[in-house]
Amino acid sequence: MNLSGLVRQSWAGLRVLLLFTVILGIAYPLAVTGVSQLAFGDQADGSLVTHDGEVVGSSLIGQPFDGEQWFHPRPSAAGDGYDTLASGGSNLGPESAELLATVEERRAAVAEANGVDPADVPPDAVTASGSGLDPHISPAYAGIQVDRVARARGLDPADVRALVDEHTQGRVLGFLGGERVNVLELNLALEERGGS
Amino acid sequence: MSATAAGLLQIVLLLVLLAVAFRPLGDHIARVFTSTRHLAVERAFYRIVRVDPEADQRWSTYLLSVLGFSAVSVLLLYAILRLQDLLPLSLGFDGMAPDLAFNTATSFVANTNWQSYAGESTLGYTAQMAGLTVQNFLSAAVGLAVAIALIRGLTRRRTDRLGNFWVDLTRAVVRVLLPIAFLFALVLVAGGVVQNLSEPHDVTTLGGAVQSLIGGPVASQEAIKLLGTNGGGFFNANSAHPFENANALTNLLEIFLLLVIPVALCRTYGVLVKDKRQGYAVLAAMAVLWGAALVAVTAAEVNHSGTVPQAAGASLEGKEVRFDVWASALFANSTTGTSTGAVNSMHASYTGAGGGMVMLNMMLGEVSPGGVGSGLYGMVVLAILAVFLAGLMVGRTPEYLGKKIGRYEISLVALYILAMPFALLIGAAIASSFDTTRASLLNEGPQGLSEILYAFASGANNNGSAFAGLSANTEYYNTALGLAMLIGRFTTMVLVLALAGALARQRPTPVTAGTLPTHRPLFVGLHSVTVIIVAGLTFFPALALGPIAVALA
Repeated sequence: MNLSGLVRQSWAGLRVLLLFTVILGIAYPLAVTGVSQLAFGDQADGSLVTHDGEVVGSSLIGQPFDGEQWFHPRPSAAGDGYDTLASGGSNLGPESAELLATVEERRAAVAEANGVDPADVPPDAVTASGSGLDPHISPAYAGIQVDRVARARGLDPADVRALVDEHTQGRVLGFLGGERVNVLELNLALEERGGS
Repeated sequence: MSATAAGLLQIVLLLVLLAVAFRPLGDHIARVFTSTRHLAVERAFYRIVRVDPEADQRWSTYLLSVLGFSAVSVLLLYAILRLQDLLPLSLGFDGMAPDLAFNTATSFVANTNWQSYAGESTLGYTAQMAGLTVQNFLSAAVGLAVAIALIRGLTRRRTDRLGNFWVDLTRAVVRVLLPIAFLFALVLVAGGVVQNLSEPHDVTTLGGAVQSLIGGPVASQEAIKLLGTNGGGFFNANSAHPFENANALTNLLEIFLLLVIPVALCRTYGVLVKDKRQGYAVLAAMAVLWGAALVAVTAAEVNHSGTVPQAAGASLEGKEVRFDVWASALFANSTTGTSTGAVNSMHASYTGAGGGMVMLNMMLGEVSPGGVGSGLYGMVVLAILAVFLAGLMVGRTPEYLGKKIGRYEISLVALYILAMPFALLIGAAIASSFDTTRASLLNEGPQGLSEILYAFASGANNNGSAFAGLSANTEYYNTALGLAMLIGRFTTMVLVLALAGALARQRPTPVTAGTLPTHRPLFVGLHSVTVIIVAGLTFFPALALGPIAVALA
C-alpha cells in the first residue's frame, strides 16, 4: 500500500470511468430509447390517453377528480394530490395519531358522499398509495360510487354498474397483484357515454 | 381465486423463474471470470484506457484499484451533480448543494442508492443517465469483482495473486450486466415503463385540473437499478411509481431481477470451488433467511395489526392497488434481503412487525441473499465465522474449503462483522441525541427512533430504502449517512480482499475424518443461526426500543 500506487490506480480508474460513462451513460440509454420508441412507442411515451383529440394524461398515472359526476380516486399524498412532480406516500406509521384521524375523516366523508354505511367503505378509499399517483381503485370502492355517479349524470345505475364491470381488471394472469378499476379510463368511458 | 392462493402462486412463479435462471446464469458468470480469452471489444477497451489485461495483481494492488476507481467515481459523480445545470437536458434544475451531492455521489458509488432528494424535482436527464445510470452498473460490477477475488483466494494455492480488477470490472459489465439490463429494459418498456427524452409539460386532465406530464430515460435505469441491486429510483416514489413499475407483471419481473444475480452467484461459487454442494449450502442458508422473513412480513401485512391498519381495514397506506398486499410484501422482503432498497410500497407505513422485519433483513448484513457480489462475500465471511465457532466447540483448528482459519484470518472476519454495526449504531446514536437531528423526524416515539435506525441500517448496509418520513436532506444526515455508506461498503471490501490475499497464500490442508463438512444441512443450520445470532446480539436492544415497541403498542 502506498500513495503513488493509489494515484497510479486512480489515474487508470479515471480513464476506465470516462470510457464507461460514454458507453453506459450515453450510448446505452440512447440505444434503449431508440429501440423502445420504434418497437413500443406508446408505452415509451407514457401510455397517453386522449379525449376529443387532446391528451388528457396517462392511463398509468392517477388524476384528481372532484365532483359528483366522477368516480373518485384514492387519497393521494403526492403534493396537493396527484402531483406528478412530487410523487410519494404519507410515510406515517401504523400508530400515527395524525394518520388515524385522517383515516376516520376520510371514512366519514366517503360514506356521506356516496350515501353508504361507513363500515362499507373499503380500505383503499381511506388510505393514500405509495406513489400518490395510483391510477386504480378496488372494485369495491368503484361499486359504492355507482349510485352517486348515476344520479349526478342522470343515468341508469345498472348501466353505470355495467360500465364498472367492463372496466374491472382481474389479477394479471389470474394471480398477480390485485383486482382493480382504472379511474381515468372509467371516467373517460362515462364521459363518452354522455349524460349531463 | 382467493388472495392467499394468488399470493402463494406468485411466490411460486418467482421461485420457478429463479430456478430456471440459476444454472445457466451461474455457469455463465463462472466462465466469464475464468476465461483466458478477451472479446475483441474488450481488447479495444483495454487499449483505449491503456491497462494491461494480463497483469495478475496482488491483493493490495487489487484493493488499490478498487479504491482508486471508486474514489474517482465519487469525484466525477459529485462534479456532475454539482454542475448539472450546465449539462444538456437539465430541465432547468440547479446543481445540487454540496452536502446533498456528497451524499448522493457516495450513495450511488457504494451501491446503496439512498436518496435524500426527489428525482423528479431535482435531477435533469443527463445527470440521471451519465451520472447515476453509470454508477448503477459500475458499483454492482465492483461488488461482483470483489466476490470473485475472494473465491480466487479460496481456490488458489501458494500465490500472492488474485486476478486483474480492470478485467473483472470490464467483464462484469460487458458480459453480464449490460446485456441483461438492455434486454430487460426493453421488456419493462413493453410493460409500460417509460423511456423518452421529453421534457415535462402541463396537460389539462379530464376532470379539468392541470397535471404535469413527466417522462425520462426511466427503463434503461430501472433495469440496472434492480439487476445491480442498486435501488435508486428515477422518481421519488421509486418502484411504487407507475412509470417505474407499471403493473403486477413488471412488478414480478423487477423482484426477479433484483434476486437473480445474488442467487445465481451461489452456482458460480460452487462451480469455481469445484464442489457445487458448497454453493447449494450457501444458497440454502440464504433461502432459509429469505423464506422465514417472507413469512413474517407477509403475515404481518395480511393480518394488519396496529391502530391505523385496523381502522382502515387493511395495511394499504403506502401500497398500490395494482400490487395489493402480497406482492408488496414480497417486494419489500426481497429488496431488503438483497441490498437493493428499491421499494414498491412505503415501508414506513407497514405494520410494526412488518416494518421491523424488513429492517432486521438489512441488519443481518445483507446476506439473504444480499447484493450483487456483496451478498456472496458477506455469506462466505459468516461461513468462516461459523466454522470457527464449530472449531472452538471441538477444540480443533478450523478450516474452510481446505484453508486454515488462523488468528489473522479470524481477526479480519471479526473486523468485517464489526464495521457495519459501528457505522449503524454510532450514526443512529448521534442522530437520536440532539434536538436538531431529531427535528427531522415525521413520527414521534418508537416510530421516530425506527426512522433513524432504519436510515442508518439502510446506509451502513448499502441498502438505500427508507422509512421516508425522515427529512434526511440536512447537513448532518447527508454527511453522516454518506460516511456510514462508505464505511459499510469499503472497509468491508478492504477486509475481504485482505482475507482473500491471506487465503491464497496457503497450501490447502487435506480433508480428514475430523474435517467439518460445510455442505451438509447441519452446517446450513449453523451458518443461518450464526447470521441471526450476530445480528441479534448486536441490534436487539435498539430494535426493542424501535419497531418491537411499535409492534407491541
